[in-house]
Formats: sequence, structure tokens, C-alpha cells
Amino acid sequence: MTKTGAQILWECLERERVSHVFGYPGGAILPAYDALKHSKIHHVLVRHEQGATHMADGYARAGGEVGVAVATSGPGATNMVTGIATAMLDSSPIVCITGQVGSKLIGSDAFQETDITGVTLPITKHNYLVTHASELARTIREAFYVARSGRPGPVLVDITKDAQQTSCEFDWEAAKPQLPGYRPDLSPDAKEYEQALELIQKAKRPVILAGHGIIVSGAMQDVRTFAERTGIPVALTLLGIGAFPASHPLNLGMMGMHGEAWVNHTIQEADLLLAFGMRFDDRVTGNLKTYAPNARKIHVEIDPAEINKNVKVDVALVGDLREVLHELLPHVNTVDRSEWLDFIDQLKGDAAVRDIQNLPDNGHLYAAHVINDLWRETRDADTIVVTDVGQHQMWEAQYYKHDRARSLITSGGLGTMGFALPAAIGAKVARPEAEVWAIVGDGGFQMTMAELATVVQENLKVNIAIINNGFLGMVRQWQEFFYERNYAATPLLNPDFVKLGEAYGIRSVAVTQRSEVVPAVQAARRHDGPVLINFKVEQEDTVYPMVAAGASLHEMIRRPSPIVETAADE
Amino acid sequence: MMNTFVVYVENKPGVLTRVASLFRRRAFNIDSLTVGRTEKPEVSRMTITADADRDQARRIEANLYKLVNVLLVENITNQPAIVRDLAMIKVAATHEARSHVLELASVFRARVVDVAPDSLTIEITGAEDKIDGLLEVLRPYGVLEMVRTGIVAMRRGSKSPNMAATASNFAQVVADDDVSYSV
Ligand SMILES: Cc1cc2nc3c(=O)[nH]c(=O)nc-3n(C[C@H](O)[C@H](O)[C@H](O)COP(=O)(O)OP(=O)(O)OC[C@H]3O[C@@H](n4cnc5c(N)ncnc54)[C@H](O)[C@@H]3O)c2cc1C
Ligand SMILES: Cc1ncc(C[n+]2csc(CCOP(=O)(O)OP(=O)(O)O)c2C)c(N)n1
Ligand SMILES: [Mg+2]
Repeated sequence: MTKTGAQILWECLERERVSHVFGYPGGAILPAYDALKHSKIHHVLVRHEQGATHMADGYARAGGEVGVAVATSGPGATNMVTGIATAMLDSSPIVCITGQVGSKLIGSDAFQETDITGVTLPITKHNYLVTHASELARTIREAFYVARSGRPGPVLVDITKDAQQTSCEFDWEAAKPQLPGYRPDLSPDAKEYEQALELIQKAKRPVILAGHGIIVSGAMQDVRTFAERTGIPVALTLLGIGAFPASHPLNLGMMGMHGEAWVNHTIQEADLLLAFGMRFDDRVTGNLKTYAPNARKIHVEIDPAEINKNVKVDVALVGDLREVLHELLPHVNTVDRSEWLDFIDQLKGDAAVRDIQNLPDNGHLYAAHVINDLWRETRDADTIVVTDVGQHQMWEAQYYKHDRARSLITSGGLGTMGFALPAAIGAKVARPEAEVWAIVGDGGFQMTMAELATVVQENLKVNIAIINNGFLGMVRQWQEFFYERNYAATPLLNPDFVKLGEAYGIRSVAVTQRSEVVPAVQAARRHDGPVLINFKVEQEDTVYPMVAAGASLHEMIRRPSPIVETAADE
Repeated sequence: MMNTFVVYVENKPGVLTRVASLFRRRAFNIDSLTVGRTEKPEVSRMTITADADRDQARRIEANLYKLVNVLLVENITNQPAIVRDLAMIKVAATHEARSHVLELASVFRARVVDVAPDSLTIEITGAEDKIDGLLEVLRPYGVLEMVRTGIVAMRRGSKSPNMAATASNFAQVVADDDVSYSV
């Protein structure tokens, strides 16, 4: 059957199970937009193309399906760069479709011509320039296959205007991916399994390092079975949060820069690390020279290029985590680990029983309390929390206890401010039945707050909690620790967020007292429409503990007092 | 240590950029890179030399495999292989020097490809050290211009690469048992 490139595009997206795309039109992509009327796909008009990419990303992370963002050539395409890089570093499967000037004009500096495949080459898993309608079907199929298979990642497809306009024969079946060099399906050999099992058998002080790969692989249950059968405790990376239930007795919590001290000490004392789908990011390891000096290391990882990149490992099991665990599980057995677990309990000390809810606030509104209260209110619901980047992100990781995979969505690797609001929109679109909360700093919120209009336009019940500390808080914290409190360019002049929300027709309230937190959260949950809460929290509050960049994992800057955090620490 | 990789890639636009960009982005240092056609029209072949220790060399290989258009990577550093570089050297050769230069060229089995009143252009193919050697002895006469292609390499023996069964051998050093030596 003969179709235009534009029609083929939408039909291929439908066949790839796409129900929603996030986009913004312009000249070079207009033929595609014109053909949208024939498609069942719902197009979400965003307010900035960066927003479209984060929405696609949030959609992918919440629902596990590939997210799609659409933009025009030139500025539309370059506005996507930040979102693409964000998805790349966190292995999130998105496909970005961009219009390109006519194929005859390429290279002529035509109006709105940008070499976007050149620009995005190092920040995509793969990208394509399509100059003929006849290449479109296979390219789209390949793009989705590459984005979602193996180690997922962003794929960009740049389509010239003429490729959208001209017609050709469309045959989905014939347009099978042709990727002779692409092999996402590696698996370890028997000898490597034996070596791993031997290390596991011998270990006295083992720890599982649970990462994002568990969620990508869908191996939550297998990891749990593995941990329970072997009695090995589990520490999580930021992106691994939710891969193993926070409420599980073997859960230690988040490791790394802002992980609890006992988690990092446990890792430093371990004799075996089992890295499951995590990539030893520098925020996880601290100084590599002193990292887990006594531990043998087993790395279960789908991407061979991650092996021995940061941390030299003893055994690498290269393959899909779930499959690898299926091989290992029948051969591991129950071991009494009480000595090791008691040791860890001692490291925890009274911190283990410390419950920040009951710690005094002395009349202050602490972000940690806000987040912990929010968790108490929403813990039993099917809640997805999407955080931005900064102090509030770390408090969320510490004080919101996630029991389910995909219930925390955050930009870890790139640390992209402005991520939360659009990603929350994407998450809500992917999982309409879920309760979605964006927890966002007053700085990052202002980077993409234009998407409030998208929330209203799409009639999405997204709750927005602004943790408003009047500062670029995390940077202020670094200035506090490392730059003699020279708060250069970190105090923020903010608009009245309540009025701002109301201007968009969003119910908005401000909260200044601890006692108002729970009622405000409850009211927001009851309201059937988006709600914005401006939590005016303590301004000079600090995230503890902290491993300074480059310091050893066990050299943490500890909380100055058992009290939550302190403006009073000066 | 200098490593030699033979990289088979899909013969498509932009693949060279992807490979070069990878080395730049990962801060691996390319010493030389050549690319050309192969017996299969849809496959191009690159020979890349890069300074890397054993671990880095493995990571280079693994990262090359991450490029969707890369079909096969062979690290032939420690394998019997034919390695050739081609150089053209323009040497100042006035009347009295001319015969000396010609003599040196013939000792190195190089060919004179252009003769001008006060210069000779010599073409030489061989392993890199052979070319280095010729350059060394020509230098006193005055090297006016020089160009080298960078090396191309091929494993010895009748074994040809099996592009179907690859990627997983990223970490393995291929053991080649049926090697034949030639001069
Ligand atoms: C302000 C700030 C502070 C931070 N502080 C911390 C901190 O204290 N602690 C912390 O942990 N992080 C912290 N981070 C996040 C950190 O930068 C990294 O993003 C995070 O540690 C990465 O976690 P990961 O390795 O689990 O996930 P990813 O980076 O997503 O890596 C996942 C790995 O799993 C592999 N994988 C994917 N699919 C599979 C599969 N099917 N089978 C096997 N393997 C697979 C991938 O190849 C990849 O190597 C912070 C970030 C910010 C912005
Ligand atoms: C796009 C972008 N620019 C700059 C930074 C550097 N940065 C990291 S955290 C941070 C401060 C964030 O402030 P805010 O959004 O108010 O959150 P808070 O730390 O106060 O909770 C900044 C500027 C970044 N991560 N992303
Ligand atoms: Mg702030």
C-alpha cells in the first residue's frame, strides 16, 4: 500500500505500541503533524522541547515502554539535547523524532538547519538521518528495537521534510530491522558462573549493590529471592531505589555520597560485593583507591563496556540480570549470616531506631519532615514520586521509603534540574491510575515550569510539592562546606508560586508550619485536579551525611547532632 | 603499549565519525586510523592503532561494540599479522647526493616514483619500523615532504573473521592455531 512518509511514521509508531507522543511543531516537521489526524496517537503539546524529552523519559521510566518526543529542525531539535543526554546517562529508552530541512538543502545552512545527528552523536545510543520515505519504516523499527533492548537508551531519528512528503510502498513485515552488528543478548559462560558461585559460597561479609539495571531487567523478585535465600543484605543506588523494598529487613538503604554512614561502612567492610545492574558511579564509590579494599567483586551487567571501567572486578557476568540470576539461584543456599548482620546492626546503632518523624522541629519546617510526612500519607497508595535535582532530591531518597520499582523517578547521572515537572507529566500519562507527586526545588522548578500549562491542558492530576528554601540549596551546601559560606549566586528571588499556579488555574497553597503539612497533602489528594503546594522550608538546611567529592566512602561528614538537620548548626 | 585493532563496520555514511567520536569522547588516544573497502561491498574495514594497557584495550573493544554499525572487532596486537604502512618521502637530492639516495632506497626495497632536478620522491611499503629506518637515513639529505597512510593489518593464516559469532568474544583473546607464515 502506498503512503506518505508522514503517514508511515505514525503508523509505525502505533505498531510500536505508542499511545502518546510529546511534541512541538514547526516547519520541517509540519507534514508529519498534518498526517497526525489519521492516527489514533494522542499528541501532547508541550511548552518547550526539553519538556517533551523529559516527558518521554518519565513515561518510559514509569511504564517501561519507549517514550516518544517530537520536534522540528534547528532550535526545536537542539532544545531536546538536555533531555536526550539525561536519558542517555540513566539508560532510559526514548525515541526522538525531529524534522529536518529538505534533503536537497542539507549542508546549505538552510533556514533552521542543524546537523542534529552530529550534535547528538555522543549522547544517543544510536541515531539516524532519513532522507527517503522508503527508509522510514525500517528505521523506526530499528530505533525502537535499539532503544528498548540491551542497555536501553535514547535514539534520535531525523527525517527530512521531503522524506515525510513523498510517497512509497509501505510494508511493515518487509521492514524488519537489519542490524547485523548489534547484539544486545550476551550471556556469561559456565566457567564464569562457577567462579561467581565459588566467591558467593566463600564470602563471610557479602553485600548486594542493587542498581537501576534490576528495574530495567524486571528482576525485582529474583533479587529478592536471591537476597533472602543467601541472607545477603542489600544496599541501593539512587536509581536502584524501589528495586528492593525499603521495608525489607535485608534492606540497608542508599549507598554513596548521601547514603547513610552505616551503608557505606558496610560496603567498606565487606569481603564480597555483588553489583547487580549498577555502574559504580563516582557518587557511589567515592575515592576509587580506597573503595571496598577488602572485597572481591562480582559484576552482573549487560554492558561489557562497564566492566572494569571504574572498579576492577574479579568476576564479570555479562548478560541480562534476570537471566543471570535464574542461572545462579538454583545453586545458592541458605547461610547463617547473623554475625555479619549483627555487625551491621551495630554500625547502625541507634540510627536504626531513629525515626525522624518524632524528632523535634523546634518550630522549623524541615524539608526532611515534609517528605517523610508525605510518605506516611501516600505510602499505601500506588504512588510515583518524581524528583528534581538538589537537596530535596537527596532528602526524598533518604526519607521517602520506596517499596516498589518505578515508584521513584529522578535524574541521577546527568542531574538535570528542570526534570521533575515534565517527567511527572510523562509518568502520569503512562500510569494514569497512579498518584503522581513531583517534588521539586524552587530553582529547578523555574527551569521548566512552563509545563504547568501542559498539566492543565491535558487535565492531569499531578501534585507538585515545591521544596522552597529560597536557595539553589545543594550548591549553597557546597559553598557552605567547601567555599567558606560564600553564597555567590545561590540565593533565589522567587515569584509567588501560589499566584503562579493560580494563574494557570491550578489549585495552589503555601505551607509554612509543620502542622499544615499533612492537612495540605490530604487536601491535595482529595482534590480532583492538579495541586501545587509551596512548602516554605528552612533556608539554610543541609543534607547529611555527605562524602565530599573525591573523599573515601567511609570519610563522611556526619550529622552534627541527632536532630534531623539544622539551621541551628552554626 | 600500542594496540592494533581491526574493525569491520557497516559501509554507511557517518560510521567513520562515530568511531572517531568514540575515541575522542572516551579519551582514548588514536595513533593511526585507516579505513577502506573489503571483499564485501557492504563492509568497510578499519585498522586502528591506539596506546592502551590491557584493560583499556578491552574497554576500547567493548565500546566499539556498542556502536550499532560495528560488526566485528579484533585486537590483533599479540597475533601473527601482516602489518603495512605506506609512505611517500620527497628528499632533497642534488646531483652529488642523488646516487646515495638511490642506493639507500634500493637497500630498503623502496621505489623512486618521481624525479625532479633537485629532489626524488620515494615510495616505501612495509612495517612501521622499516619506514622509520629509511626516514632516519634519509633525514641528513633533507626530507622536504613526507606522508604516511597509517597502518593496515591482516592476520596471518587462512582463518577469516566470522562476523556472525562475534560480540561475545569482546574479552577473549582469540587463539589462532592454524597460522601460516609468509615472508
Ligand atoms: C545531587 C545528586 C546526588 C547523588 N547522590 C547519590 C548517592 O548518594 N548515591 C547514589 O547511589 N547515587 C547518587 N546520585 C546518582 C548517581 O549520580 C548515579 O546516577 C547513580 O548512582 C546510578 O545508579 P545505577 O548505577 O544503579 O544506575 P544507572 O546509571 O542507570 O546504571 C544502570 C546499570 O545497569 C546496567 N543494566 C541495564 N539493564 C540491565 C540488565 N537488563 N541487566 C543487567 N544490567 C543492566 C546498565 O548497563 C548500567 O550499567 C546522585 C545524583 C545527584 C544528581
Ligand atoms: C540544569 C542544571 N544546572 C545547574 C545544576 C547544578 N545544580 C545542582 S543542584 C543545584 C541547586 C538546585 O536548587 P533547587 O532546585 O532550589 O533545589 P534545592 O537544592 O534547593 O533543593 C544546582 C544549581 C544542575 N544540576 N542542573
Ligand atoms: Mg532550593
